[in-house]
Formats: sequence, C-alpha cells, structure tokens
Amino acid sequence: MKKILLMGNPNTGKSVVFNRLTGANVIISNYPGTTVDFTQGKMRIDEEEMMVIDVPGTYSLDAGDKAEEVAVRMLKGGDIVINVVDATNLEKSLNLTMQLIKKKKPMIIALNFWDETKHKGITIDFQKLEEMLGVPCVPICAVTGEGIKKLTERLKEAKFSKFDYEDKEKWHVIGDIIGQVQELSHHDHTFMERLGDISTIPVFGIPLALVILFFTFKIIRFIGEGLIGYVFEPVFEKLWTPLLLKLSAILGSDGIIHDILIGKLIEGKIDYGQSFGLLTTGLFVPIGAVLPYVFAFYVMLSVLEDCGYLPRLAVLVDGLMHRLGIHGLAIIPMMLGLGCNVPGILSTRILATRRERFIAVTLLSIAVPCAALQAMVVGLMGKHMVYGLGVVYGTLFVVWLVLGILMAHLVSGTSPEIFMEIPPYRRPYLTHLLKKTWIRTKWFIKEAIPFVLLGVFIVNILYTLGIIQFVGKYTAPVISGIFGLPKEAIGALLVGFLRKDVAVGMLAPLALNLKQLIIASIVLTMYFPCIATFSTLVKELGFVDMLKASAIMIAAVLIVGGMLNLIL
Amino acid sequence: MNGLISLVNMRSGQNGKIVQIDGGAGMNCRLDALGLRVGKTIKKVSRQLMRGPVIVSHGNTRAAVGFGMAQKIWVEIEQP
Repeated sequence: MKKILLMGNPNTGKSVVFNRLTGANVIISNYPGTTVDFTQGKMRIDEEEMMVIDVPGTYSLDAGDKAEEVAVRMLKGGDIVINVVDATNLEKSLNLTMQLIKKKKPMIIALNFWDETKHKGITIDFQKLEEMLGVPCVPICAVTGEGIKKLTERLKEAKFSKFDYEDKEKWHVIGDIIGQVQELSHHDHTFMERLGDISTIPVFGIPLALVILFFTFKIIRFIGEGLIGYVFEPVFEKLWTPLLLKLSAILGSDGIIHDILIGKLIEGKIDYGQSFGLLTTGLFVPIGAVLPYVFAFYVMLSVLEDCGYLPRLAVLVDGLMHRLGIHGLAIIPMMLGLGCNVPGILSTRILATRRERFIAVTLLSIAVPCAALQAMVVGLMGKHMVYGLGVVYGTLFVVWLVLGILMAHLVSGTSPEIFMEIPPYRRPYLTHLLKKTWIRTKWFIKEAIPFVLLGVFIVNILYTLGIIQFVGKYTAPVISGIFGLPKEAIGALLVGFLRKDVAVGMLAPLALNLKQLIIASIVLTMYFPCIATFSTLVKELGFVDMLKASAIMIAAVLIVGGMLNLIL
Repeated sequence: MNGLISLVNMRSGQNGKIVQIDGGAGMNCRLDALGLRVGKTIKKVSRQLMRGPVIVSHGNTRAAVGFGMAQKIWVEIEQP
C-alpha cells in the first residue's frame, strides 16, 4: 500500500486535511503541537487504497526536537509527500518545503488558508510557484473543504522537484521565489489582529485573561447546571426511578442482589446520591451528575483552543511558570487536566525535557482536580458553595505554586525557554467544535462508566464483607487524628483509587460538616490519582519517577490535610 | 554603532533589524526555523512580566521568544 505523508509547519492545518482525506476523527486545535505522535488512516483514490499519515508539524528537518525526529524517520518510509503550506505565511513555510525538495520524494504542495490570504492583502500566483518548483501546487481551504477534491485528483501528478540550490543560499532563494510569486497590498490591521496583539500586552492581557477565565467557568456552570436541572434529573426521576422501583419490588426490596443493583432504599425511596446500587448511584454519578459538566467543560475548552487563545495564555503565564521549573506552554496540560488528568498527562509531551515533564505531571496529578471530581464537590457543597469552593481552589492553587517552586529547586535537569509561534486568532467552526467535544465526551463515557460501576460494585462488596469497617479501625489515627475526618471516610479514600467522583459521592451519607467537607475534597484531590491517571503516569514517567511522584503526593497530602485541620 | 540594543530593551511597537545573535548553533537553528535571522526586520509587539517572553512579529508571523534568548538577540532600531 502506498504511504502518503502529510507534512508541514506546526498549526498549518495538516490534521484538518487529514480528516478531510480519510474521514477520520482527529483532534485539531489552534496551537502548535497537537499531533505529537503520528496518526494514520486510509483513503481510496481510483480504487487504489492508500495509507495517509499525519506527521507531527515541524519547521525544519534538523531533528532539533522529538517531533522533528519523528518526521525525519517517517519521511524515509513515505511514497508521496503532501506538503501543507500556510499561504498566509509563505516565506516561513517554504523553509521546510526547500528542505523537503532536497529529499527527492514525489511531492505535491497544498496551499492552505487560501481564503485568509484575501483578507490579509496577499496575492499568490500559485501557477508560477508550480512552474518554479516543478511540483503541483493546489490552493485549499481545509476547514471548509474547498480544494480538497482538486488535491486528491492531482495527487497522482506528484513528482520530485528538480529545483536545486546551495544550503547557505536557502533564505536568499526563498526570498527570490517569494518576490516572484507573491504580491502584498497594504491592508489595515483587522480587529482580530489588533486583539491578538493586545492580548499579549500585560496591561491589557492579564485583565483580559481573568475576564475570559471567569466567563469560561460561569458558562461551564451555566451549561452544566442547566443540563442537570432541565434534562438529566427529570429523565432520571420521571423515567428511570419508576422502573427501578418496580425492579426493587420484584427483588423483594432486600437481599444481596437488591443491594448491589439498587442499593439501600432511603425511607422507601431511591436516593441517587446515597442508595449506592449499580443502577442507581452507579449510573447517576457518571451520567446525571458528572457528564453535563464534562460536556460543558469540553465545549469551552474547544472554543479556547480553536480560536487560538491558549498560546497567548501560555505567553502571559510564562514568567510565573518559570518559577515552577516549567514554561508557559505547560498551561495547556494543566487546562486539559481540569477536564481529565489522563489527556492532561499525555499532553505534557509538548514539553521538551524530562525535568519539565516530571514537574508538570506531578503538579497535575496532585493539585489539578478533574471535572468529575469538581462536579461532585460542587454538588456536595450545596449552599456553602462560594466559601467552600473558594477554600478548596485557593488551597490547591497554593499547593500547586509551593510544590512547583520546591520542585524547581530540587529536581535536577534543565528547562529550556519558551520559543514558539503564536497563531492568529481564528473563528472556531461549529462542526469542528462539536466533533471535538463529541470525541472527548465519548472518550469520557467509555472510560468513566465502567470504572464507576466497578467502583460502586466493589464498595458494596467491601461493606458487605466488613472490610471497610476493618481498615477504618486501623487507619483511624491518620484519617481522624490528622485530617479530622470520621473513620468511615476511609471508604471514600479507598474508592478514590478507582474513581474520584464515586469517592466524593461516598462522602454524602457521612453527614460531614463544612470544614470536614473541604478537607475531604482537598485530600481526595491530592492523595492519589485515580487508576486511569495512575497507569498513564507510570507509562509516561516510568517506574522510578512514579515512585518519586507518589512520595511527593503522600507527603504533600499529610502536610496540607493536617494543616487545614488545624487552621480551619 | 548607533542604537544597537537587545530585543529585551527594545521598546514595544519599535521596528528594528536583527544584526547579531549571540547564541550557539542550536539556538540559531531554532530561531531560523521561525524566520528570525540576522538581517531580518522585526517589530516588538510586547514584553511579559516577571522576565517572561518577548513577542515579536515579522510579516504575518508572531513569535514568543524566551527572556534569556531575547537578551542575546541584538537589534538596530529603525527610526520611523
């Protein structure tokens, strides 16, 4: 099977082209480095099946970082190269094109963002470019799909360029080509361009960042609460509860099977928070309480990603992040981690050194609560929401800062400086937003529901066998002595290994006071990652670093939990 | 030479031509990949707090250059 390689600078829309060619679903974002590993898919042209590979974006083939290494290696095995070029940034893009030409592979150039060139006063004579380089050049607009058909039609015309030049003359040659094919007419800066620059000037940028983050969380809560109040709760209560009550009656309202499936009836009724059966709490927690917030979070994250705000946020916080031994780009894994720690940890691959990755992963798994946990904590705080959440988030932020500063001093290795391209603001496309949100939400459903059910099942077994009560007796010195929590809370901590949301749910029947709720929420966030996060952590860091991270976690939670118990 | 100044000390909004880069081959290579090289005219867009990066623009490209790197890039200011 022929291998087609999609190559180009970071953030030139290779993944969008890939989706167009293969019909696959790949996550696309408006910041460089979304594709750290390659993705492959299949396409069919004239009855011939071909493999399409979305190669990580690179500015050059000098193998200066991991993405470039991957790209150089993949290039050897490829049959045809589709060089995706940013038409609004021809000069920079041609740098890679020139290097690709030297590799003597059949090539075709796709000039992406063709529609944007008009707004920016750029005119490119693509036929002339085709003549000069001797490879087909096709203008496309990947997000709308314009030109993709032409690209596939001309794919068979791909050939290797006879264009030759001396390496040290590279920029000179590029300048010469640009001079002949591109014309710039004066254009006034658009509103988006001005806004793009203003949001990196601290005086405007920092207040703007605070406003954007504030409204992001407002909107997440609005969507989440709306979905719960108007859709999920009514569905559960009006449709699901009557069915369960019938089932409960059939099972005789008692017995082991009843307890596992339905759980305990509270005053003859099903209480989705406290009954703790597989079909009651086990389904309600992931679907009724957590999913709406996860969905809302991913909608907003996708908007921030696609419009290109995140790199600007990264630049603004870079100075602060350097004190923690990581650079500004590490804000992206942190933001992803607020949804789910697993993709957060995976995305630390955009950081270059081991030291940075260790610090980022450790901070993420200790001090960044996932959406599932946050959704349950919000539910639990009830009328003390503002104060309770304020203390929880405030404490976690301080922990994040202090731990980061400590690690920056103690962890050996280097942290390079930030150096990255800042993409222009782009209007997010609704279909892409929905697709991306759907991919992520589907992933959550697939990952979360089995673990929640398993968690609820194990809780029932552990209670029935008396194991939780038994462990509770021996861990009481820590749980009650240090954290000031009732010894029954050990059940929640044990289940926290499996799912944090179920664990928070288990706190509900314990009738904790506000102080205990706050401490329990913080301890649950910090003490140990859930099993999915944990296995990702081991995979990404290795066994030894996992042990180090775990030691930091345990020490941190004992100190912070204990201190809160004394202060609050 | 008149007006030779590092990228850090350039004022926001000023234009200038890169005349010297005091970095090793690695740094030069990274800068070159984004089109930042000796002879290039750039504009400083902004500078971040706490020794954060400097934002420069050239053509339609905007890049964030870390503080330490920016200290090693020398620019000749273009008088408007």
